[in-house]
Amino acid sequence: MLSRLGLRAAPAALKSLAPSLSVGPFHTGQRCLAPLPPLPEKGGQVRHGLIPEEFFQFLYPKTGVTGPYVLGTGLLFYLLSKEIYIINHETIAGACVVGVLIYIVKKYGGDVAAFADRLNEEKVAKALAVKNDSINHLESIIEQEKKEQWRVEGRNYLFDAKRNNVAMLLETNYRERLLTVYNEVKKRLDYQIAVQQLTRRKEQDHMINWIEKNVIQSITAQQEKESIAKCISDLKMLSKSTRVAV
Amino acid sequence: MADRPVPLKDTRLLDVKLGQVPSWIAMRDFTPSGLIGAVRRGYDRYLNKYINVKKGGIGGIAMVLFGYVVVSYVWNYEHLKHDRWRKYH
Repeated sequence: MLSRLGLRAAPAALKSLAPSLSVGPFHTGQRCLAPLPPLPEKGGQVRHGLIPEEFFQFLYPKTGVTGPYVLGTGLLFYLLSKEIYIINHETIAGACVVGVLIYIVKKYGGDVAAFADRLNEEKVAKALAVKNDSINHLESIIEQEKKEQWRVEGRNYLFDAKRNNVAMLLETNYRERLLTVYNEVKKRLDYQIAVQQLTRRKEQDHMINWIEKNVIQSITAQQEKESIAKCISDLKMLSKSTRVAV
Repeated sequence: MADRPVPLKDTRLLDVKLGQVPSWIAMRDFTPSGLIGAVRRGYDRYLNKYINVKKGGIGGIAMVLFGYVVVSYVWNYEHLKHDRWRKYH
């Protein structure tokens, strides 16, 4: 349980005990890009916190279940009787310390383990969140890309519409200019016509004035008297004819 | 369960027959790099078995501390000899 807490601390501490070495064929192969296999769920089993389970399994075929315990008891009595393990003040101190340690481990081991598990799960959840975020982001990018590709298909219609617009503009412009040209030409032709008519009228007026002036000048006084006498005689004849008619 | 005969050099210690143990020991690599390599291998094996797991127990560290206690007791035995209760055992 403490090892769960010290997934970073314990290996670092233990690594400082053993010397680190950099000889030998380390890191010479190709970098393996496959993800590492996940950590095993449970470590090697340890009975009573001190003795690996393999020892019990090793003795089981020959001595059954109680074999290792009998071995342990015999070993303990041998050490005590031969005083290879000496009982002195340190034994009592050690026993008290061991008792307190066992009490603490039994009481708070589960809580510490749960805390370490939660830390680990938070780390994993953060990594998973990053991975999921990036996956979602990439998926949305893929969606947008597909949408852009769909839009590209409609590009032809867009260009046709634009081409139509441009053709319309050109046509309109051409027609406007045609109209302008027509108007200008018409104005010039109207001007010419107006000039000709004016000239003719002026010539007519001038001619009439000149003829009248000359005729009036040519009528002398003698001719006037003769013409007046002729008119009177004509009138007398006319009055006679009308009196007869009535 | 003996498949093809493996040379003695490559067998593991637990598979070596009792009579072959001295020759097996003689064949081991006792150069400094070999010794350090052996220590490194043992350390890695212990680490991967008891510490680099998802749900480790107290055993991983407790065994190391217990080994430390035992080794320190052995190294201090010369001092502790004077606290013996009886002279003759």
